[in-house]
Amino acid sequence: MDLLLPDFGLFFWMTLSFLIGFFLLKKFAWKPILQALSDRENSIAESIATAESMKIEMSNMKNENELLLNQAREERSMMLRDAKETKEKMINEAKEMAKEEANRIMIEAREQINHQKNAAIIDVKNQIGTLVIEVAEKVLRKELSNKAEQNNYINSLASEIKLN
Amino acid sequence: MILSPKISLKAFVALLFLLVGYSFISFSQPQPIVNNASTEQHVEGEKKKIDVKEIIFGHIRDSHEWHLFSIGEFHATLPLFVILYNPAKGFSAFLSSKFEEGEVAYEGYRMINAKDVELDKNLVEGKIVAVDGSKVYDISMTKNVVSMMISLLLLWFLMTGIAKKYKKNGINKAPSGWQNAIEPVIGFVQDNVAKPYLGKHYLKYMPLLLTFFFFIWINNLMGLLPGGANLTGNIAVTLVLTLVFFVVMLFNSNKYYWGHIFNPPGIPLGIKFILVPIEILSNFLIKPAALAIRLFANIFAGHTIILSLMCMIFIFGAMNQVAGYSASIFSVAFSVFMFFLELLVAAIQAFIFTNLAAVFIGQAIEEHHHDDHAVDTHKSNS
Repeated sequence: MDLLLPDFGLFFWMTLSFLIGFFLLKKFAWKPILQALSDRENSIAESIATAESMKIEMSNMKNENELLLNQAREERSMMLRDAKETKEKMINEAKEMAKEEANRIMIEAREQINHQKNAAIIDVKNQIGTLVIEVAEKVLRKELSNKAEQNNYINSLASEIKLN
Repeated sequence: MILSPKISLKAFVALLFLLVGYSFISFSQPQPIVNNASTEQHVEGEKKKIDVKEIIFGHIRDSHEWHLFSIGEFHATLPLFVILYNPAKGFSAFLSSKFEEGEVAYEGYRMINAKDVELDKNLVEGKIVAVDGSKVYDISMTKNVVSMMISLLLLWFLMTGIAKKYKKNGINKAPSGWQNAIEPVIGFVQDNVAKPYLGKHYLKYMPLLLTFFFFIWINNLMGLLPGGANLTGNIAVTLVLTLVFFVVMLFNSNKYYWGHIFNPPGIPLGIKFILVPIEILSNFLIKPAALAIRLFANIFAGHTIILSLMCMIFIFGAMNQVAGYSASIFSVAFSVFMFFLELLVAAIQAFIFTNLAAVFIGQAIEEHHHDDHAVDTHKSNS
């Protein structure tokens, strides 16, 4: 059963080669490879963390944007409302003013009409007065010639005069 | 790598086919040789004997020459360097072909061959002894040693190539080629072996675990190549691997580990007398032996089964030619199945060795926090 007994020569070479191989591989292969692997692991973890924080930042910015947008929208609608109000107010004011002006003109016109009417009446009255005086003069002249006739005349004159 | 990955892959596949082709030659050729030999021995030619044990152990055992294939009487073998040390004569080094299959003595040494074994069953074929019977230390570059050095060179070029690629491409470029193939394996060892058992000190042991894993794996695979050496199925190799692990474990063990062995806490005194010897045996003999023998036995058994299945063809063939051909169908089918199984076993055994080494080291460096008054000042390193 020589197969179960370790052979000295192989044992010797195996020990030597394995240890040399181990130390060389450790220094020139395993250390750099493991270093690279752990570096990559770190960089991936970092990238993921950065992406996550970017995502959060993005969502924050989005929220902010939305807030601004909403504010702007509100402002716009407020301005529109204001404008509308102003417009209505202006129209109303204008209407009001026009009405007042019209009223004023009407009143003025009426006053003028009244005034002129009064003036005309006064004029008529004056004319009537003069007429009356003229009539009275004629009557007086006729009275002087004939009494009866004078009376008739006065009567006829009086009936002629129609006030209004 | 100078070759582009596409070309080197093709070259690899071609090499594989070439080696498989060789293996069929070498597997199919023992029959005529043995037949010739046996017909010479049995002049009547009534019965043809096949020495199955010789064929199987010839393939499994370490050897001073690298037998590639045989065609008829022609054996394609690479002679390897024989290095011997004799306290009286000093070192001597020469090619194993000088022995001429054990027929000739050279510089006062000779190699034991099959004829010597027939005369004395205690002798081991292929062993080198001094003619005058004095003590000889054989540190030859045997088939296993050469195979191991090839594997180590392969590992070296593969892994330093990958390390260079990391350096060249930086960490932010996607891995490619071998880098891409090996990176998940390294990640697997790190995440499934080192981290769970070794805790926060895992990085310290990663180089050792990776060396264990890839050394065992690549040698298991090299052993599966036709003409490959049965390195990990050799007890000397697994013993060295285990000793390295054992030394690392002992040098890094902390006082809790020793405390648990020699003075298990919370156990009545009477039971301690039974438990302490069991603990000592378990930690200093059974754990390392389990590691060494498990790997050795698994790979050894795998090789033996495949070779046995192949030998079936020749056993049946020696009885009857038709039986040989029909047995070959089943034998080949079974050995193809076994080859795939062994491919799996090659990785699994590498993983199990690495995993158990990590578990045992983890037990030795584990810090116990239940008696926490001493924990703060404690350092796990020796």
